[in-house]
Amino acid sequence: MSYLEYSVKTTPSGIRKLLFLHWPLALLLTSVACFGFLMLYSVAGGSFQPWAEPQMKRFALGMVVMIIVGMVPIYFWRNIAGVAYLGALALLLFVEFFGTVGMGAQRWIDLGFMRLQPSELAKITLVMLLAAYYDWLPVKKVSHPIWVALPVFLILLPTALVLKQPDLGTAILLLTAGGAMMFFAGVHWGYFAAVIAMGVGLVTAVFQSRGTTWQLIKDYQFRRIDTFLDPGSDPLGSGYHITQSKIALGSGGWAGRGFMQGTQSRLNFLPEKHTDFIFTTLAEEFGFLGGFSLLMLYALIIIFCVAAAFQNKDRFSSLLTLGIAMTFFLFFAVNMSMVMGLAPVVGVPLPLVSYGGSAMLVLLAAFGLVQSAHVHRPR
Amino acid sequence: MKRPGKDSAESARIISRRGLIVGGMQLGFAAMLAARMRYMQVEQADQFRLLAEENRINVRLIPPARGEIFDRHGLPIAQNEPSYRLTIVREDAGDVDTVIARLSALVELDDEDLNRALTEMKRSPPFLPVTVADRVSWADISRVAVNAPALPGITPEVGLSRGYPLGPDFANVVGYVGPISDYDLSKIEDPDQLLRIPRFQIGKVGIEARLEDQLRGKAGTKRVEVNAVGRVMRELDRQEGQPGASLQLTLDHRLQNYAQARLGNESAAAVVIDCETGDLLAMASAPSFDPNLFVQGISVSDYRALTENKYRPLASKSVQGLYPPGSTFKMVTALAALDAGVISPEETVWCPGHLEVSNRRFHCWKRTGHGHVDLKSSLRESCDVYYYDVALKVGIEKISAMAERLGLGHRFDIPMSAVATGRAPTKEWKSSNTGQEWVVGDTVNASIGQGYVLASPLQLAVMSARIATGRAVSPRLLKSVDGVEQPSGAGEPLGVDEALLRQVRRAMFEVSNNRRGTAYGSRIVTEEFRMAGKTGTSQVRNITAAERARGVTKNEDLPWERRDHALFVNFAPFDNPRYAVAVVVEHGGGGSAAAAPIARDITLQALYGEDPPLTAYPEKDRDRIKALQDRLKRERPDFGTVGKVRT
Repeated sequence: MSYLEYSVKTTPSGIRKLLFLHWPLALLLTSVACFGFLMLYSVAGGSFQPWAEPQMKRFALGMVVMIIVGMVPIYFWRNIAGVAYLGALALLLFVEFFGTVGMGAQRWIDLGFMRLQPSELAKITLVMLLAAYYDWLPVKKVSHPIWVALPVFLILLPTALVLKQPDLGTAILLLTAGGAMMFFAGVHWGYFAAVIAMGVGLVTAVFQSRGTTWQLIKDYQFRRIDTFLDPGSDPLGSGYHITQSKIALGSGGWAGRGFMQGTQSRLNFLPEKHTDFIFTTLAEEFGFLGGFSLLMLYALIIIFCVAAAFQNKDRFSSLLTLGIAMTFFLFFAVNMSMVMGLAPVVGVPLPLVSYGGSAMLVLLAAFGLVQSAHVHRPR
Repeated sequence: MKRPGKDSAESARIISRRGLIVGGMQLGFAAMLAARMRYMQVEQADQFRLLAEENRINVRLIPPARGEIFDRHGLPIAQNEPSYRLTIVREDAGDVDTVIARLSALVELDDEDLNRALTEMKRSPPFLPVTVADRVSWADISRVAVNAPALPGITPEVGLSRGYPLGPDFANVVGYVGPISDYDLSKIEDPDQLLRIPRFQIGKVGIEARLEDQLRGKAGTKRVEVNAVGRVMRELDRQEGQPGASLQLTLDHRLQNYAQARLGNESAAAVVIDCETGDLLAMASAPSFDPNLFVQGISVSDYRALTENKYRPLASKSVQGLYPPGSTFKMVTALAALDAGVISPEETVWCPGHLEVSNRRFHCWKRTGHGHVDLKSSLRESCDVYYYDVALKVGIEKISAMAERLGLGHRFDIPMSAVATGRAPTKEWKSSNTGQEWVVGDTVNASIGQGYVLASPLQLAVMSARIATGRAVSPRLLKSVDGVEQPSGAGEPLGVDEALLRQVRRAMFEVSNNRRGTAYGSRIVTEEFRMAGKTGTSQVRNITAAERARGVTKNEDLPWERRDHALFVNFAPFDNPRYAVAVVVEHGGGGSAAAAPIARDITLQALYGEDPPLTAYPEKDRDRIKALQDRLKRERPDFGTVGKVRT
């Protein structure tokens, strides 16, 4: 078991840590959030209510959380990784029995002031746990079958619970982020090749199961896949979302239709225009320039995180940073693919832009971990 | 930095390498997203823009105002009246049941309408107005408006609906509109989009139907922006349509009303035509009906009452009814013979009361005979034998040709439904239509307007006008369209010697001005308005030899539908003919008793332009006429107020 020794001389302490936070990253996050405020203001018909103002308050709260998390020593987070993971699992089990049902899935616990989605917590705690696990595991044991099986189990446990809700989007995110963590840690290529081969087999099996008694996914999920493969087949039924989303996006053109001039969102043709489909409103009103700018900001956040991970000599820190970057990437990649008609409609919000309390708070807390890793990096 | 050095370095190297690979893949994916975005937003932008426009823009039709119809003095006969209805918007009403309950306390609501509205409300989006009461009176609308605060969601709406302020007077000429039916729609090739509007009103009969294309106008369009559930957000632009053409008829509302009222409940028709211009001043057909019943769709019981009435109120008898003209045809026979030169006006014929033609005995209406008759006395006393004799001399072909010159057997193109052609029979017509040869008896029958001869009241009026003027006047019903005067009906000279025509007119004058004339009882006393006319009584049954032997059954003793038709044609004033009138009373009995008084009264009304003074009438009739005038005056609407928009 390794431990960290920090040099008092090179590591900032107390309030001075504030100066050593990764401020460019914070600035990028704020810029992305500003896109969100603008769009929420627009889809509300030029009003701060009901979405833009609460979102701004939550972002401010989230930034405070990020800074606090960032100032807590990284070893603390490594040490509580296991507890945090178990806590998230417990919450997932709790919502399984007592959660509030919404959108055909059991997803959240109503805390009164906000709705907590344990699946959000699960993503971050899984990344933390895996980072801690590989920090602890000697490098030469990484590809040993037993030490590969353990993290696979740790990944599948929350994935299964989330899939049960059912929340296909989050399940895919958990699986992919977990897999990426194992990949970063240096697990042998062969395992990934095998899993990919199995994945292909599984997809085939899922399709084969359709209409049989052992059907593996729900009918609505099948329909989503159908409409993804051919949105034109049912333009007013289940293909409606994708069709309208593509129309909104495409009609934005080069420079967009102008702020608050998007007819698709203003006239309610867009579904979930303030949450999962908010990117279409952005693309409709600000066109390619607007959409591309946001994408660039996202890419910069990824680049900053990856660069921070490379700078960091601490194994837990760099794995954690890469893992959180990966989770963040998966959020926007899946969401954008979905609204552009490249992926089926799975409920994944656009990070920091979509309206939603717990997702933003958890995400900013995760970036707090990145900050902590950065502030407390070995020097 | 107290980590086991080698392990740490090895680990950092792996993480860096794999982080780079995954980071590269992430950026690659982001680039792919950017490319996809560019493809959709730059390359395919136009296509998507179009789809977005189609999504949001809805084109709505603006129905044009239907053209209005006026009489020759500009009084509206068919107009667009505001029709009020009450609608409810569910989302504004809140508690629909309470609002409806309050509303029914103010306005009488039809249970059937209400149930339909409640069902419709459940089906449609909450923001769509649903009609709860149709054809609401202005008083009810006012009461609702006053109580508006207690009736959230209830809105009075105003639309335009056809109204016929003079009701039955013009029903048989103007016709009526009604809601378009699937059957109507199926008959029209490539129908106007307007006709797809549910319950859109189209002309069903009469002028409304014949001139539908002109009256309807062109629809305007408005483009509205709608949201995903179809709620109209705003109007983007509108293109006004073109209202239908307004029509002015040659009819005179006073005269039309008078003629209609004078015919009363008889099954009868009367036509008044201007002798010079051919303008139709009145086209009455009785009994009539209220065309307003049809506008919103007539009830089954009302419709059955109209169709089962044996007096056929829905028929326009003035143009559609065909009758044997009887003795009113005698001018045709006389003119044919005079024009052909086979007789002279002074030539006499011996009337013993009958004439034997090829072993068949043809009777004169006067069993004892008229003795020696010439043109004047034969027409005056309506001797039949004279015309049998003359017809045999001139032949059917010349009679038929003269009938056509005078307007019989010709279909006049006036904009009404079912304008009948009538018949001026020829030998060729009979053989090709009945397969039988023309026999001389047919000529004898035709000479007095029986047998195969058929004419409509309109044709008889035209005939009378042509005799009066010696010109081929044609009837004109449409005075102007959108202020553009239509061609007059004044015609070329008939080509009949004026001296002969004068003899016939003189004889017609004697009909109503000589003590021995058949219409002397219905004469006009006023010197300058004296009229010339001819009575007609046409049989609708055969009188057998046996019946004739025991005495012809009197009309009063026959069932209505077997009685003779009564006819009268005239023109007046005799010296300077202005109006020609034809009256037919179906199964009315004798022309002199049933038709002539009506024709005389209508003629006087036309000449005076108002109720004539009693001095225009023979002295002994004045009391009776006074009583009639008073009765009709009481029933007459106040023309000063009809036609104004009723509120």
